[in-house]
Amino acid sequence: MRYLTDRKRAVGMGAAHSGTEHFWGMTVSAVALLILVPLFVFTFGPMLGKPHAEVVAYFGRPFPAIVAGLTLWVGFMHFKNGIRVAIEDYTHGINRKIFIIGATCLSYAAAATGLFALARIAL
Amino acid sequence: MADVNRGNRPLSPHLQIYRPQLTSITSILTRITGAGLLVGALLVVWWLLAASTGEGYFEMADAVLTSFIGDVVMFLSLWALWYHTFAGVRHLIWDTGRGFDIPTATKLGWAVIIGSVLATLFTVVVI
Repeated sequence: MRYLTDRKRAVGMGAAHSGTEHFWGMTVSAVALLILVPLFVFTFGPMLGKPHAEVVAYFGRPFPAIVAGLTLWVGFMHFKNGIRVAIEDYTHGINRKIFIIGATCLSYAAAATGLFALARIAL
Repeated sequence: MADVNRGNRPLSPHLQIYRPQLTSITSILTRITGAGLLVGALLVVWWLLAASTGEGYFEMADAVLTSFIGDVVMFLSLWALWYHTFAGVRHLIWDTGRGFDIPTATKLGWAVIIGSVLATLFTVVVI
C-alpha cells in the first residue's frame, strides 16, 4: 500500500518525470569547467609539440596532472549528459537508446583512458 | 487530424524557411561546438596515452597533432572550446532569469562570438 498521494509523487518531477537532476548536474559541471578549462588550455597547450622527456616531466608534477585529470573527467561527464539531450532531440526509438548507450560508454572509456595515462606518467 | 479546421492561426516556421538570426545561429553553434569538441578531446586523450606509453609512440602521436591537419583540428577545437565556454556563461546568465529581452540576447550573442574569437587569438599568441 502506497501512502504517497498522486500529487505528492508528481510534485517537482516536471514533464521529464525526473525532476531537475540533469539540469543541476549540467549547471555544476559547467561552473566547474569554467575554472578548469582555462587552467587546462594554458597548461596543456604549451606542451603540445614538446619533446617526450619534457612532457612526461611536466605532467608528472601535481598541478598540471590534477588539472588535466579533472578537466578530462568533468569534461567527459559534461559531454555525456549534454550529448544525451541532443540525441534525445534528434533520434527516436531503438536508435535513441543505441546512441545514448554508445555515447555514455565512449565518455567513460575516454575519461578512464585519460586518467590511466596521467597516472602512468606520474608514477 | 487532416480535416480539422485549424483556422487562420500562424504556423510554426519550418527550419529550412526560417530566416537565420543571430540568436538562432549562436544557439545551434553551442550544440555543434559541444558535440564537435569530442574530436579534440579524444585526440588529447590519445596524445596523453602515447606520452605515457613511450617516446616512439609519443613522437608519432605528437607529429599527428602538430601536422597541418592536426593544427587545423586543434585550432578549431580551441575556438570551439572558447565558444562553448562563453555560450555556457550566457546560459548560466539566462538560467538566473536575466537577459531574455531581444536587445540583451543579441548583445550577449555578439559577446559570445567576439569573445570566443579574441580568446582564441590570445591563446594562440600566448601558447
